[in-house]
Amino acid sequence: VLHATRPLHTTQQCLAPLPPLPEKGGEVRHGLIPEEFFQFLYPKTGVTGPYMLGTGLLLYLLSKEIYVINHETVAAACILTVLIYGIKKYGPAVGEFADKLNEEKIGRALAVKNEAIKNLETAIEQEKKEQWRVEGRNYLFDAKRNNVAMLLEANYRERMLMVYNEVKKRLDYQVAMQNLKRQREQDHMIQWVEKNVIQSITPQQQKDSITKCILDLKALSKSAQAAV
Amino acid sequence: GPLSERHLMDVRLGELPAWLATCDISPQGLLGGIQKAWSSYYDKYINVKRGGPAGISLLLAGYCLLSYGWNYQHISKSSFLASV
Repeated sequence: VLHATRPLHTTQQCLAPLPPLPEKGGEVRHGLIPEEFFQFLYPKTGVTGPYMLGTGLLLYLLSKEIYVINHETVAAACILTVLIYGIKKYGPAVGEFADKLNEEKIGRALAVKNEAIKNLETAIEQEKKEQWRVEGRNYLFDAKRNNVAMLLEANYRERMLMVYNEVKKRLDYQVAMQNLKRQREQDHMIQWVEKNVIQSITPQQQKDSITKCILDLKALSKSAQAAV
Repeated sequence: GPLSERHLMDVRLGELPAWLATCDISPQGLLGGIQKAWSSYYDKYINVKRGGPAGISLLLAGYCLLSYGWNYQHISKSSFLASV
C-alpha cells in the first residue's frame, strides 16, 4: 500500500535497486536520423516533409559544390554498400548472441541472489528453532535441581550411616570392656577359691574322705550285688 | 519554467539569445554541459537492453560531417581535379 500523501523522491537519488534498463533505444529511421526529427516536422509538412527537406538540401550542396564529388565519394559509396549489406545480413545473429550473453550474466546474478535468500531463510528457521528450544530451559533446570537434591540426600544419608557405625563401635568397645572385666574377675575369684579350698584340705581330712568313699563304695556294691 | 532551467529543445527561437546568456561559459560549466549531453545520448541510444545500429552510426555520421567540415578548405581546392 503506497501512502500517496508522503512526498516521494525528496532525498538524493539512491543507487540501489537500479531502475531497469529501457528495452529499446531511441528510434531512428534509416539508421541515421532520429524519429524526433520527423515528428518535429510532421505538424507543418506532413509525412514527406523531411524527405523533401533532405532532397533539397542534397541538391543545394551538390550544385553549390559545398559537397565536392571526388575519389572519396566513390570510396564512401563502396564502404557504405558493404557496411549496409553486412549489417542487414548478420545484424540479427549478432544481436541474438549479445542477448544470450546478457541472459547468462543476469542468470548468474539471479542464482547468487536466490542462493543468498535461501541461506538466509534457512538461517531464520534455525534461529526460530533455537528460540523454541530456549523455552524448554525450565524443564532443564528442574531436572538439574532434582539431581542436586538427590546428591545432597545421598551424601547426607551416607554420613549418617558413618556416624551410626562409629558410635556403635565405641559403645561395643565399652560393652566388651565391661564383659571382659567381669569375666576376668570371675575367673580370678574361681581360681582363688579353688586354690584356697585345695589349701584348706588338710591331709587328715583327705584320709577321712578317702575312707568314707571306700565305705560308701562297699555299701553301694553290696546293694548292687543284692539287686542283681 | 524559468528560462535558465529549460532544455534547448524547449526554448523558443525568439528567446534563444537570452537563453544563451544564462548558460554557464566557464570551463567547468562547459565540461558539465558536455558531460550532460554525452550522458543523455548514451542513455538514450547505447545503454539499452537491445540496441540497434543507431548507437554508433550516429556517432560515425557526426564524425564524418565534422571531418568534412574541417577539411573543406583543402577539398574545395580544384588543384587535383585537373589531374583526373
